[in-house]
Amino acid sequence: MAHSPSATQAGAIPGSAMAGILRDAALYALVAFGLCVPIISYRTEAGPGSDLLLVPRWGLVASLCAAIFVVRILQRLILLRRDARRALTPSPAQATEAVHGEPDAGQKTSRFGLWMFVGVALTLPLIATLATGGLSSARYWIDLGILILTYVMLGWGLNIVVGLAGLLDLGYVAFYAVGAYSYALLSTTFGLSFWICLPLAGVFAGLWGMLLGFPVLRLRGDYLAIVTLAFGEIIRLVLINWTDVTGGGAGISSIPRATFFGIPFSAGEDGFAARFGIPYDSMHRLVFLYYLILALALFTNFVTLRLRRLPIGRAWEALREDEIACRSLGIDTTATKLTAFALGAAFGGIAGSFFAVRQGFISPESFNFLESAIILAIVVLGGMGSQVGVAIAAVAMVGGPEMLRNLGFLKAVFGEGFDPNEYRLLLFGLAMVAMMVWRPRGLISERLPSVSLGKRRAVSGAHVSEGHG
Amino acid sequence: MDVFVQQLINGLTLGSIYGLIAIGYTMVFGIIGMVNFAHGDVFMVSCFIALITFLLLTTWLGISSIALAFLVVLVVAMVLTALWGWAIERIAYRPLRGSFRLAPLISAIGVSIFLSNFVQVVQGARNKPTPPMLSGGITLFERDGYAVFLAYKQILIMAVTAVLLTGFWYLVQRTPFGRAQRACEQDRKMAALLGIDVDRTISLTFVLGAALAAVAGVLYLMYYGVVSFSDGFVPGVKAFTAAVLGGIGSLPGAVLGGLIIGLIETFWSAYFSIEYKDVAAFSILAIVLIFMPSGILGRPEVEKV
Amino acid sequence: MALHPDPRAQAQASAPSVLAVEHLTMRFGGLTAVSDFSFEARRGDITALIGPNGAGKTTVFNCITGFYKPTEGMLRLSHDDGTTHLLERLPNHAVNRTARVARTFQNIRLFQGMTVLENLLVAQHKPLMRASGYTLFGLLGLKGYRDAQAEAIERAKAWLDRIDLMERADDPAGALPYGAQRRLEIARAMCTDPVLLCLDEPAAGLNPRESAELNALLRHIRDAHDTSVLLIEHDMSVVMEISDHVVVLDYGQKIADGTPVEVRADPKVIAAYLGVEDDEVEAVEAEVGITVPHGDPTRPDVTHSEASV
Repeated sequence: MAHSPSATQAGAIPGSAMAGILRDAALYALVAFGLCVPIISYRTEAGPGSDLLLVPRWGLVASLCAAIFVVRILQRLILLRRDARRALTPSPAQATEAVHGEPDAGQKTSRFGLWMFVGVALTLPLIATLATGGLSSARYWIDLGILILTYVMLGWGLNIVVGLAGLLDLGYVAFYAVGAYSYALLSTTFGLSFWICLPLAGVFAGLWGMLLGFPVLRLRGDYLAIVTLAFGEIIRLVLINWTDVTGGGAGISSIPRATFFGIPFSAGEDGFAARFGIPYDSMHRLVFLYYLILALALFTNFVTLRLRRLPIGRAWEALREDEIACRSLGIDTTATKLTAFALGAAFGGIAGSFFAVRQGFISPESFNFLESAIILAIVVLGGMGSQVGVAIAAVAMVGGPEMLRNLGFLKAVFGEGFDPNEYRLLLFGLAMVAMMVWRPRGLISERLPSVSLGKRRAVSGAHVSEGHG
Repeated sequence: MDVFVQQLINGLTLGSIYGLIAIGYTMVFGIIGMVNFAHGDVFMVSCFIALITFLLLTTWLGISSIALAFLVVLVVAMVLTALWGWAIERIAYRPLRGSFRLAPLISAIGVSIFLSNFVQVVQGARNKPTPPMLSGGITLFERDGYAVFLAYKQILIMAVTAVLLTGFWYLVQRTPFGRAQRACEQDRKMAALLGIDVDRTISLTFVLGAALAAVAGVLYLMYYGVVSFSDGFVPGVKAFTAAVLGGIGSLPGAVLGGLIIGLIETFWSAYFSIEYKDVAAFSILAIVLIFMPSGILGRPEVEKV
Repeated sequence: MALHPDPRAQAQASAPSVLAVEHLTMRFGGLTAVSDFSFEARRGDITALIGPNGAGKTTVFNCITGFYKPTEGMLRLSHDDGTTHLLERLPNHAVNRTARVARTFQNIRLFQGMTVLENLLVAQHKPLMRASGYTLFGLLGLKGYRDAQAEAIERAKAWLDRIDLMERADDPAGALPYGAQRRLEIARAMCTDPVLLCLDEPAAGLNPRESAELNALLRHIRDAHDTSVLLIEHDMSVVMEISDHVVVLDYGQKIADGTPVEVRADPKVIAAYLGVEDDEVEAVEAEVGITVPHGDPTRPDVTHSEASV
């Protein structure tokens, strides 16, 4: 992208630069046209019999290319202005990234961000109830909160493996699934209570992590990624096909609901409401589930932060930085990787068992590669190893598409037949690309040291390694 | 015996298609060390492009010669899919080239999600059946009522794969472009210092990979006769498995890996169970990687201490 | 024997060996990097391994420190209390953990994204892990671990003081200047409390003042910490100045073994560095204007141009 040297004044844009921009935008529109044909220009519809008809949609193609043309021009103009402004007043951040400049937004966020997040999370049901005027009407928001917190916990769990230890795991959903199915089977077949099944499911998932990890953890980065991906798929396929045990595609249903430490959330005499003398509301169980996942997520966070300050946590981070140096210092890298892997798996399993309780029903469809990809994207977008970054990324990536459901006003723009829901995943994919291009190192790429002599200062993301598995 | 031979033919055909897709994976991984997760979905897009072009030619333009139509479809699909491959590289990968290895990976996953949902939205979620393009074949031999049948399209697929593999091997080993590509694989900075246009070489690699995927797409469309927006993920993962199995970075390895995966899948479905055929393929991958991490034809990497 | 009797050298000549390398051979496919290499490093010595580039020195190091498995040969490490360890049989990390051999690397391998202090604490992983009850006590916040951590920090601080990096303790290791990074790597290796410290080109890229400081540091390590040092080096000012024993490698084979003074005058060594045949050495030296009295290695009045060899 060449910037015209003559456009240094923030006002005038000389003709030659404009011509260049127009040509550039025309090229973009031309490429867009090439991409549109024929896949957008002709839609295949089922015709009479088993034939396919082609429905031309040149109007759509024309408007898309025109839109791209215009957007590109705008983008170039905005960039031109921004570069002109920057040329006049360079900021310290531009000169040297690695030197301790002014702490940027990322560093400031890490400091109090986690407390703010916890504060909001703790009071969310209350705020939602007040805002929507009643507990039942707050259902949507509490549900959303539960969904986001589940992903936060999964992100924090995977963060141990990918963010701290630098192991590339593309099959994390497998542990999520093991936890969910273990819980489902334990509670439906053996009738064990929730509070026994939950940790047991975590233990199973952790054991599974160790089993899986043992043969593969000596593989180098990319190969580890592929093998974990393969394992994730194998688990999913086995879940679909091993009908005797897992119920196959139909899954396992009628999973017993959660109880408040043994007291069921029913409307009867022995129910939660009756015991505590409050009027029965079907929302009680949901609120309980919300605080349960919040507690589980915070537990994950607490353990992670604690472990970071212990030798094992430091060994994980050292492993990510330079595995060979670790071995030369006497650290058993295989055992270290295994503990990270198993612990991450255990937390994934606990999240899975929560999922089973929450839904009451599980099926293999919920445990596909897309889930692993989303969780990994949350960790990478959050910034490797940063707890609060992962939380923010989870809110953005899970909450964002949900918001799309509510954009009903778009129907007015695009017509009644327009369902924004269809575009959710499409935009999600685009958003993933956009976020990576914008912030390749994640939202919060700084790293806080686990120990310091003086005041703890964040280490710039430029130094931190991403790990090679 | 007859079942065996028939499955052998089927497996080799399927494997050839996987091999063509796998070459794209292996070339990209070789040159920039990145797993192009979107490659499988680029393959799926090429299937749709081929389908629509074919329909346009036969129904609207009334071209009756199947061979001509096939050729035109092939060329058009290759060109347009190459454009997709080029555009994806420029938008989603080039800005991320450099430090972090995970960022382009996530970006690729994003592109993959985008592409499959894009096609779903734009073309509809239903399966799209194709009118038959090439039918007929030779009955090799018949015994006890079971005929071992070698279809013309199967011959075509295997032949095209063999020709393309030879052509690409020649391209990589003997031409200046191939030299530039291998130089970039070994040491990108040094290649740039020696005057090789690294950006162009990488772009061309993506373009060639996408074009090959398009060939696979046309052949896939012709072979199976039906295509859907979700056809990108599973063949993509299997083709990637094939590339790793054969030794990532090795072109003949990619095709060899593809053939092996195709054979495993076909034989497993025929002799054991069709449900677990994918499990068999993935398990073989895991086992091979654990014991032979650099794959069958790959070069073992020695890390400098 | 020496005309300048060195009591230390005399005592050392009969010191027990700390590392005995016997018939070490390393083959990579068809390439033989090291061939039938034997030498002995004595306890309390600073032993230098020198030779032209590509001679196989780092390969020897990698064999000793467990990164390569030797094709043939034996590497016996002896501790003070008499226990011996066969290094070629130990898994990679056990060479440091059990045999207590530490090393630095040719291309510095610090934990760039971690602070200087953290680097030194990672090195003390073993005692800290044990004190943390393999994490369990640490998780519960028990006192035993907290004490061990404080002790580890004190130890790190002592080293930071010695290598003059106390003010930069909380800076990321990647932000340090080159010389400081080299010193930090040595200090980190020392924090594992080794019996043998292997240094791969510790003086590479250092200016003369820094080299002199390095010499002082290495002497301190030898004297105060009772650690034997084995180093690969190209900088002759460091090698000649502080080594007690020099072994010369060329094309994977030993061509000389002795005190620095002996080795310096050895015609085979000179030939290797000059890249000429043994019998042409005198002719070449005359051409270039070097006068080395051959056959009298103890005379100190050599007029080499100390060009980097």
